Amino acid sequence: MSSVAQPLAENLVQSVDWLAIAPPTLTAVVGLVVLVADLFVGEARKPLLGWVSVAGLAASALTLLPLLGDDRSTFCVDGTHACSYTADEFTLVIQFLVLGGALLAALLSVTTLKDADRQLPEGEYWFLLLSSAAGAALLPASRDLATLIVALEVASLPAFALVGIRHGDRKSSEAALKFFLSSVTATAVSLMGISFVYASTGTLYLTQVADRIQHVDGQLHTLAQTGVVLTLVGFAFKTAAVPFHFWVPDTYVGAPLPIAAYLSVVGKAVGFTGLILVTVVAFPSYADVWGPALAALAALTMTVGNVGALRQQATRAYSAVRLLAWSSVGQAGYLLVPIAAAAYSGHPQRSVGSTVAYALMYAAVNLGAFAVAALVGRTKTANRLTDYRGLYARNPLAALLLAFFLLCLAGLPPGIIGLFAKVTVFSAAVDAGLGWLAVIMAANVVIALFYYLQWTALLFRAPEGEPVRHRLPAPLTAAIALTGVLGIALSGAPQLVLRFADTGLF
Amino acid sequence: MIDISESVMQFLLAFVVVVPLLGAVAALLPAPPGLKGKSPEQAVLRHGVTVTGVVLIAAIALALGFDHDHPSRMQATTDISWIPALDVRIHLGIDGISLPLLVLTALLTFLCALYSYFKMPAGPTPKAFVALLLVLESGTLATFAVLDLLLFFLAFETVLIPMYFLIARWGGEGRTRAAWRFILYTLLGSVVMLLGLLLIGIKAGTFDMVALATDNGRSLTTSVQLIAVLAIGIGLAVKTPMWPLHSWLPDAHTSAPTVGSVLLAGVLLKMGTYGFVRILLPIAPDGFRTFAPYLAAFAVVGIIYGSLACLGLAKQGAKGDLKRLIAYSSVGHMGFVLLGIATMTPTGVNGALFANIAHGLITGLLFFLVGALKDRTGTTDLDTLAEESGAALYGKAPRLGGLLAFGAVASLGLPGLAGFWGEMLALFGAFKPAADLSRPAFLTFMSIAAFGTLLTAAYMLVVVRRVCMGVVPQEAPQLADVRSYEFAAWTPLVALTVIAGLWPKALLGLTDPAVQQLLAGGTR
Repeated sequence: MSSVAQPLAENLVQSVDWLAIAPPTLTAVVGLVVLVADLFVGEARKPLLGWVSVAGLAASALTLLPLLGDDRSTFCVDGTHACSYTADEFTLVIQFLVLGGALLAALLSVTTLKDADRQLPEGEYWFLLLSSAAGAALLPASRDLATLIVALEVASLPAFALVGIRHGDRKSSEAALKFFLSSVTATAVSLMGISFVYASTGTLYLTQVADRIQHVDGQLHTLAQTGVVLTLVGFAFKTAAVPFHFWVPDTYVGAPLPIAAYLSVVGKAVGFTGLILVTVVAFPSYADVWGPALAALAALTMTVGNVGALRQQATRAYSAVRLLAWSSVGQAGYLLVPIAAAAYSGHPQRSVGSTVAYALMYAAVNLGAFAVAALVGRTKTANRLTDYRGLYARNPLAALLLAFFLLCLAGLPPGIIGLFAKVTVFSAAVDAGLGWLAVIMAANVVIALFYYLQWTALLFRAPEGEPVRHRLPAPLTAAIALTGVLGIALSGAPQLVLRFADTGLF
Repeated sequence: MIDISESVMQFLLAFVVVVPLLGAVAALLPAPPGLKGKSPEQAVLRHGVTVTGVVLIAAIALALGFDHDHPSRMQATTDISWIPALDVRIHLGIDGISLPLLVLTALLTFLCALYSYFKMPAGPTPKAFVALLLVLESGTLATFAVLDLLLFFLAFETVLIPMYFLIARWGGEGRTRAAWRFILYTLLGSVVMLLGLLLIGIKAGTFDMVALATDNGRSLTTSVQLIAVLAIGIGLAVKTPMWPLHSWLPDAHTSAPTVGSVLLAGVLLKMGTYGFVRILLPIAPDGFRTFAPYLAAFAVVGIIYGSLACLGLAKQGAKGDLKRLIAYSSVGHMGFVLLGIATMTPTGVNGALFANIAHGLITGLLFFLVGALKDRTGTTDLDTLAEESGAALYGKAPRLGGLLAFGAVASLGLPGLAGFWGEMLALFGAFKPAADLSRPAFLTFMSIAAFGTLLTAAYMLVVVRRVCMGVVPQEAPQLADVRSYEFAAWTPLVALTVIAGLWPKALLGLTDPAVQQLLAGGTR
């Protein structure tokens, strides 16, 4: 009896590699702790929750260290190589990006919550932020379609609530609703696509899907093809690719600024990670389907995003945030280029490595730009572009750093890392023979330069009226300093991130 | 000429590229005690003079230590891996082609810094001005010193932001628009160029210019070469500028401050022609051969167009601006440079490189002079200056008038001055172009270009007549003649113009062996 029960129990009770799943798990646990602690902490001690969250995110990021250098997998099906959770180099890099991005957004949030003066529910805020980060950290490790969708939803659902967290603010609620409805539709479409793929292959594990989808029955061929395309939709939405981008500007303006920063970096990371996993790992044999689709999507996204940013009026309320929102759409287009190129090139892994390298650069400098925007937004709540006029006279260092971040985004020296990140994306496109896409991207780089440089030039104009100096809150300073140091260090040693464009990540 | 050990030479070359950058950062910081000077403004301007002066000394030391017996050999080379992922190496080195440009850049920047020390252009704080000037210097010096395609691109782009701000902040009328045109045109050109550079790098498997030049296009198929030459050529042609991509130049020159104009004409335009010689000629010779006749055709159209535009501006009642006129004359002069390169012969390319340097010296001087004229009279409008009878500069400020006339005749290519040799050699090259280029076509180009020299002479003489000659009216306001700092800034240019005119071998001896090797198949 016992001899029969032994293997049965082993089958039922999986051995779990806790170290491998530590980063998302720890984040989620800290989120729960904060939610419970919120009930017992007095009003005066609420800021403590913020610092616990920041520490939790930092600790989760540290748990990545012992995982470096070996490929661990857990939740595997016996006798096969199909696993639900894998902590390979790709996973670790994206988890670092997600947790680091969340950490910086959390630093910005500390000041925002303090300034909001108890208008925002702190316990809920931190819980939602941490849960979303946990989902986003789980996503790159997922290696089956079900886990992928669960992670996507865990990352998104709290984000809806965060966008609408400002009680009684009509704009905030409207933004949340817009975001929610369009996102849910996209996820539903994705789920349908996944069900089609499951129907035609009989498995959810990405590696098995990749294997079996090559040999689907002739009758099911159309079904599988439709499934592939529909699956991509949900992730394209998260990346804010055109035509799924319309929610971005209103959502960014309606949300608290740190949440907008979080969405612009972590939200996008979620999207393109999912796209990479689905395209390169699960459907490599359908490259002729998703390759052209993604290439067209990339071209459209960058053009629409940059033209949208170009049309911003500097005097309109929240024009700075709107500009960052539109520019993030444009940047999403650049992120998609190497994924599209992966369909055509001989080394798809190296191509997607360019996306990862670009995303790391983008995360650092975009969060930096948001951090300075948060700084300016403290005194000028409308956060118009014209409010940045003469920032150099008020706060030289912040102005110089913002100029540096914007030039990195534009890809011009002294933003060397921005330039070389763009070069890797260009070279992925040229390498794959996507000359037309490279030319469109080149035109977009010029359009983007126009508005980035306009903003930069504004910083150094003579200020209107007396410059008012104000004290910098410590968390905000830390966020600006951290992103600034990262950007400058990367400019000196671009190899730190660009090496991902040179090696296989999986 | 003097024996300097290779490691010192390496250090010097890295030094001239890096020190301006460090100087730019230092310019933004408050002055340390002991160097505060009379005022913060004076201290930072002096800092600019010191840094550019040190760089100039280092550049001269490089020129002295350069092995003049082997100018075709890359010297003072450093080769360190920087970004292995992209195969970018910090590969520096100079040969007979880049050395004169390097020294010219260091010299002109120093003279500009010196001039600004006494005559700071109107605008915001000199702190930012000096920092931008130094970044600009670093970018241009790096362009001439690097031997890696992507690094070349980086250096090429580095100059954009500083020049944009120099025009937009310290410029004259219409500066915002001019600055935008400048940066958008050049950026559009350079991203297209980047695509071409990447294509070459990816197809040939390396971004190293020396390796690529030695390979001489053998590992690139003709179609790749064609696309690459077209893409890179467009980027370089915008910068040069080649007609019809020149339209940003007159605006930029008209609006830029004196110092900006000098550097724009003297140094920045050279980056374009240098790229043609250093990258396109040796790396993609087959592609270049196909496009050479077109390049030559555009070049001669540019020569005629520039001259006619100048003639139109110089006419009485045309409201011509002197700075704009010199800018158009640059389009013509750069046309000669491009024609020389397009012949693909040692004679033509040597002529192009000579004309490059000569144009830097002469046009730099002319912009200085016109800037000085504007400071004194408040205008650069020819009609306002000359009124009915002529501005009579000879009478009012004889030395200034004399220098202006000198600059004008040097610019029109008077034998014995620097402007002559380059254009003559370019025409010689066109007389007998490379074997597989159509000779009748180039003969036509040559005769049109020769006609262009006549037109150049015509408008330059008109300018001299209208600005320098004339009757001095009785109650004419007194014009200050050349001041001592102006003498200091201009004398080197005048002296070098004469020396290069009388002793062309000093320059040709450097460039010729390097060009011979470049055309024959690579640099070693």
